[in-house]
Amino acid sequence: MDRLKGKVALISGGARGQGAAEARLFAGEGAKVVIGDVRDDLCKKTADEINAKVGSKAVAAIHLDVTRAADWRGAVDACQREFGGLDILVNNAGIANMKGVEETSEEEWDSIVNINQKGVWLGMKAAVPAMRQRGGGSIINISSIFGLIGSSGSAAYHGTKGAVRLLTKAAAVQYAPDKIRVNSIHPGVILTPMVDVIPREDLQPIINLAPMKRGAQPEEVGWCVVFLASDEASFVTGSELVVDGGYTAV
Amino acid sequence: MDRLKGKVALISGGARGQGAAEARLFVGEGARVVIGDVLDDQAAQTASEINSKTGARVAVGIHLDVTRAADWRNAVATCQKEFGGLDILVNNAGIFNMSGLEDTSEELWDSIVNINQKGVWLGMKETVAAMRKRGGGSIVNISSVAGLTGSTGSTAYHGTKGAVRLLTKAAAVQYAPEKIRVNSVHPGLIGTQMIDIIPPDQRQAFHSIVPMRREGKPEEVANVVLFLASDDASYVTGAEFVVDGGLNAV
Repeated sequence: MDRLKGKVALISGGARGQGAAEARLFAGEGAKVVIGDVRDDLCKKTADEINAKVGSKAVAAIHLDVTRAADWRGAVDACQREFGGLDILVNNAGIANMKGVEETSEEEWDSIVNINQKGVWLGMKAAVPAMRQRGGGSIINISSIFGLIGSSGSAAYHGTKGAVRLLTKAAAVQYAPDKIRVNSIHPGVILTPMVDVIPREDLQPIINLAPMKRGAQPEEVGWCVVFLASDEASFVTGSELVVDGGYTAV
Repeated sequence: MDRLKGKVALISGGARGQGAAEARLFVGEGARVVIGDVLDDQAAQTASEINSKTGARVAVGIHLDVTRAADWRNAVATCQKEFGGLDILVNNAGIFNMSGLEDTSEELWDSIVNINQKGVWLGMKETVAAMRKRGGGSIVNISSVAGLTGSTGSTAYHGTKGAVRLLTKAAAVQYAPEKIRVNSVHPGLIGTQMIDIIPPDQRQAFHSIVPMRREGKPEEVANVVLFLASDDASYVTGAEFVVDGGLNAV
């Protein structure tokens, strides 16, 4: 239970769903965690819950709008102030949208691209100097199977998740000399509040496209993140880990 | 240290190199392991080293020519007789060759295809029934970065490793209803005996194109195999996991 012992992690979108699951698993493996989110109250509550369970201050909550560079700087400062540094960044925050090319408004487009794509870049940009100070680190960018394949609808979402896939590889190549590993994770349907935008009658047919015929629990993605964050993945960089119950194997 | 507690694994090509590293790591995580190899003495020696270190009979060496169905059946029977069943198959055995398209003899072609490709199919074919009895399982097929991109030379090797990638996806889709997960691992340059045939100057030149500027250690691949073998990867199937120090990201 100490696969992340001595490490400090920053998780965006950590107030609930997959990000909160990651924070719980990370703390359980010995990491200190700063969870950032725009949902301030929920974020604090999640941190309090984990701390109460662990019996020490393993998690701190902070306001983080991933589209704002100043928020990212505040989050990295919080990691250093509270826990002495930063070793792991999980770019987990993201929003989903089911609209096609023509149905997407310019406001929606800008919002999705800012959160899902620019937010990932800003997170890496803010975190890298702190990781360099520690002699290396691990960045995990949560993309999606929709960053690998297309579908009818979700046009802007597909674009941003495809961008995250290649931003990841570019950063992996750039920062390999600094011993900072950068990898992407591509979840399929994960049963979190994010998929609530999908009408219930539409969700099951999507889930059934995966050979496993079920959606995943957030922890099933969380363990993939733990692996990539840990030193077990020491030769893994620029790689993409698909966790989709076989969805994209068909 | 019990991520594979109660599980029984069969590892082909387990006598030395990466297969032996997998066997050691698996046992350290609570699994019992049958090591199959054509190198009989070395398979027995690796097993007895593991057993004396562990202080219990947790590893068994067995003769396994992966091109022979009868050998596979015997290996599965050994898993059941010695340890009561089979949960994990690592199709790790393989040979490497650098000959280009025209420089490859028909004997060489047949030999590479039989070992690297037919061997993987036979392994899956002969183990699925045993996994079904256990209510599920995990198959990890060792492909290569050479199964994702081409290079000058190693033609037959590229072909077989590409085949393993898609054999994996086909099996993942077919056996998802039976809770048997099937994934491929794609190592880059790993420092084992297999690549001793690469001339030293060429091997050094390879390092310079890997963003991490080094070869991987067998243990670094074994960690990836462990992850996929374990229940941590419960929603991961039909996926391909690249562990190459960033080589394929460039």
